[in-house]
Amino acid sequence: MEIHVELKTVSKMFCGCKNDPFGADKPNIYTCPVCLGLPGALPVPNRKAVEWAVLLGLALNCEIPLFSKFDRKNYFYPDLPKGYQISQYDQPFAVRGFLDITVGNEKKRIGITRVHLEEDTGKLMHATVDDPTSPSGLRGASKKVSLIDFNRSGVPLVEIVTEADIRSSEEARIFLKKLHQIIRYLEISDADMEKGSMRLEPNISVQKIQSRLNRDKIQKLPPYKVEVKNINSFSFAKKAIDFETDRHIAILETGKYPQQETRGWDEKKGVTFSQRSKEEAQDYRYFPEPDIPPIRWSKSQISNFKALIPELPDTRIARFIKEYGLSEYDATVLTEDKKTADYFEKAVKSKTIPAKTVANWIINKKADISKLSPEGLVNLIQAKTQKLPMSEKDLEEVINKVLAVNSKAVVDYKAGKESAIMFLLGQVMRQSHGRADATTTRKILENKLK
Amino acid sequence: MADKNTKLTPEEIYKLAKLANLSLNEEQIKKLADSVSSILSYVSQLQSLNTANIEETAQVTGQENVFREDIVDNERMLTQEEALSNAKDKHNGYFMVKAIFEEE
Ligand SMILES: [Zn+2]
Repeated sequence: MEIHVELKTVSKMFCGCKNDPFGADKPNIYTCPVCLGLPGALPVPNRKAVEWAVLLGLALNCEIPLFSKFDRKNYFYPDLPKGYQISQYDQPFAVRGFLDITVGNEKKRIGITRVHLEEDTGKLMHATVDDPTSPSGLRGASKKVSLIDFNRSGVPLVEIVTEADIRSSEEARIFLKKLHQIIRYLEISDADMEKGSMRLEPNISVQKIQSRLNRDKIQKLPPYKVEVKNINSFSFAKKAIDFETDRHIAILETGKYPQQETRGWDEKKGVTFSQRSKEEAQDYRYFPEPDIPPIRWSKSQISNFKALIPELPDTRIARFIKEYGLSEYDATVLTEDKKTADYFEKAVKSKTIPAKTVANWIINKKADISKLSPEGLVNLIQAKTQKLPMSEKDLEEVINKVLAVNSKAVVDYKAGKESAIMFLLGQVMRQSHGRADATTTRKILENKLK
Repeated sequence: MADKNTKLTPEEIYKLAKLANLSLNEEQIKKLADSVSSILSYVSQLQSLNTANIEETAQVTGQENVFREDIVDNERMLTQEEALSNAKDKHNGYFMVKAIFEEE
């Protein structure tokens, strides 16, 4: 599996242009000589992007080589103005890591080959425009063109490459979800699939296994693989893998191998399609980027990076279970994203409500935590769960307040609109956070409005 | 080392031209096969140097760890008009090129 992730630095990878291609309201407004590939421009790496790439490598249990460099990957495509992409070839920022996932009830380790940093390309759009130069001279003649927007050109892009350890579309989906979660925990990317800030590229090959027991111990990979490009959802990745697996099996059963190629995913039809093998064998002629001096870390810098890694989901789940006595299910749900986990911890800090109760409220969405502060949630739970009867004096006070503010309802009621009292009752319940007794309140209201 | 072995075939020139995004006619390919070969022979004189004790490098400045901070530099950003000012073809604020067919 290969995964591309756009980092959410404020500026681009090698220049000071704004990094906000999705938020730009016009094409080609965040460009400069560097990211347009104008002659003589000098790229300078963004320190934060480099640090974030290292951070991601560490979070994926990678080794961080002390020496690293950028390289040029040469090819021609209109979305790449320089004729090469600045990437990393043989000395990436992070190598030889792993990510443990849970498939069914079993733990499984997926190897991470490398994590490297590169620049994103411009965005291509295909369109048909008027063609005034049409030789026919006809009015309304049109031609097919490609339009290019370089707002995305030079946006920092991390590429993560796994070992060939994933054995099924379901394992792929679980792995990708977990990777996505870690990236979000690190707060280095929105990893928003719809906006294309996280793009998935499964490399698929199929072979017959003799025994199911040995399915993880395959010594030799099949002599071919098919890459499906630019998938933008976990479920599409799963579907594309299933589609390809079936397609390969059908071909393999005729005694042939599927053609090694790059394919696209058609989400409407739910099929993959051949993307016309980009020339014969690609020859990117990588060489060290002469404009960017190499990067050398000291051991102390690497340990400083390690200290910057927040508590990641697995550790947090274990701690939630131990520290708050939550079930594994509750802990897993609460830690799905960092925001919710942080919210939970703030809410239980006051210790006025048992952690399990708070967890229950959040998980069952009894309150809208996007609108309520953790303290607000605690107060609400307190009001709802510990129905301390209100003193008569307190209740009277609340009622008077409600009557004073809602004079229209008072007038309506006096004019014979009986339903107005229900509105007032509702207001009292709300102001008292549900502590007022409905029957008593109604009696008092009726008396007061006589 | 600078001998006939560095002689390039027209097929190799054709491949190089393709990688460099150049379209050459047959005559040009023939001519280039000779001239590029002679350039290669000339440069390959370097092979006669003894580099056994020389460390490999891709950098001659000796610099390392040159970074910029993550700050937007509005000064150097171009307006849309400026960005497009040298473009051969443009359309609605986009650079325009001949259709690239990625898919059917
Ligand atoms: Zn720029």
